[in-house]
Amino acid sequence: MTKTTCRLVLLAAATAMLSTACTTVKEYQKNRLNDGEMTLGNRKVEKTELSFESYREGASGANGAKSGGGCGCN
Amino acid sequence: MKKLNLAILAMFAGILYANAQSPADTGTYKNRTLQLEEVNIVSSYYHQDGDRAAVTGGIGTQKLTDLSNSIQVTLSKYDTHDRKHTWNVELGIDHYTSASSDNIDPKTISSASAADTRFYPSVSWEMENKNGRTYGAGVSFSHEFDYQSIGANLLFAQKTHNKMGEFSLKLQTYQDNLKLIYPIELRTNGGSGGYGEHEDYATAGRKTYSGSISWSQIVNSRFQLMFLMDVIYQSGYLGLPFHRVYFNDNSVHVEKLPDSRLKIPLGIRANYFVGDRVVLRGYYRYYHDNWQISAHTASLETSVKLSPFYSLTPFYRYNHQQGTKYFAGYQAHTSADEYYTSNYDLSSFDSHFFGAGIRMMPPHGVFGWQHLNMMELRAGHYTQSNGLHANIISLNLKFK
Repeated sequence: MTKTTCRLVLLAAATAMLSTACTTVKEYQKNRLNDGEMTLGNRKVEKTELSFESYREGASGANGAKSGGGCGCN
Repeated sequence: MKKLNLAILAMFAGILYANAQSPADTGTYKNRTLQLEEVNIVSSYYHQDGDRAAVTGGIGTQKLTDLSNSIQVTLSKYDTHDRKHTWNVELGIDHYTSASSDNIDPKTISSASAADTRFYPSVSWEMENKNGRTYGAGVSFSHEFDYQSIGANLLFAQKTHNKMGEFSLKLQTYQDNLKLIYPIELRTNGGSGGYGEHEDYATAGRKTYSGSISWSQIVNSRFQLMFLMDVIYQSGYLGLPFHRVYFNDNSVHVEKLPDSRLKIPLGIRANYFVGDRVVLRGYYRYYHDNWQISAHTASLETSVKLSPFYSLTPFYRYNHQQGTKYFAGYQAHTSADEYYTSNYDLSSFDSHFFGAGIRMMPPHGVFGWQHLNMMELRAGHYTQSNGLHANIISLNLKFK
């Protein structure tokens, strides 16, 4: 088994374990999940940080930000 | 009787206050005319320095400052089918000064290439129906002196029946065009050596196509996760024409990189609410591309709620990058190399980024100004193991 296949299998196993570990949360129990700090994404204030990281590093993407193109970056 | 009246008044005020705080989807009223939801202004000041500029072949100053400003207006309305339509209109302007770009023509004391302004408007639309399905589309444009870009994207997202999970798919493209501004000593057209609007430069294209999928999942009332994967394909001129490369025979060339690149980053976000005052925001990404760059990136931000309206957010990000096989430093490439670059952004390095932010959302508005709903100030320091260091300070003002 190659390293990449092994990683994918581990990721799939972890995802399967997590999906069975989930408990149903009712709307009225979501006060913490709905908190502004719990947003599953970048905050607007991080906009320029994400830009300079994509300019100064070879890696980009999988973070909701630009992953190539649109500017003279990588 | 007076006590009873006061109790009724207090109850009435309580109901009014509760209604004022409740979310828009109470089902009692939905606005069917276009309404201003919020306006966000983001400003940043970024400064970097180092001694390995790609313009001068991996040696020389990397000093650069960038002042960035953007304004985003969000409008929304519900249609007759109770679908929520949201429009985002954004305009951004960046102005930068760069000592290394100034060295495209080092004979001038300070040429026009020492500074440039980037202008980038965009518009997007999203529609979410009652079943948790979202459709969206957007267009963007970016212009700077030597680089133009037109972008478009499509979005589809679907929440699960119990609203615990959401799948999303975003397709994007950028059609870019860049002016081929070569280092002064490598220009073959006998040009004046200037860098002005009236110079007649050849151009080249760069196309980017990307697909982003994500799955977000609520694990329990304190914990949620998101898995992300992008597949990005780029073709065309993928280097920059003013990046010099010095070979070991002391000859100078323009950076040469393959004309296609496939990038695959995989990411996971995990947010956990600890107790009543602390939120942990974790992120990890594995990246690999066919230029043989691979990277591991991990970050952790801790949000400490000093009160319900004020948060302190220290953060730390670590990145380890294995550089491309096409990279070598100053005078390290040989004439046998098919592709070559001395751009240290594509080399092997470790980077650290740390800092803190403060977020203020007082109930009566920031500084008592009711419409200034939120203010966030964030500062960070960035270092790379190859000597580059940078500082950034950003401010977000949200008006409602």
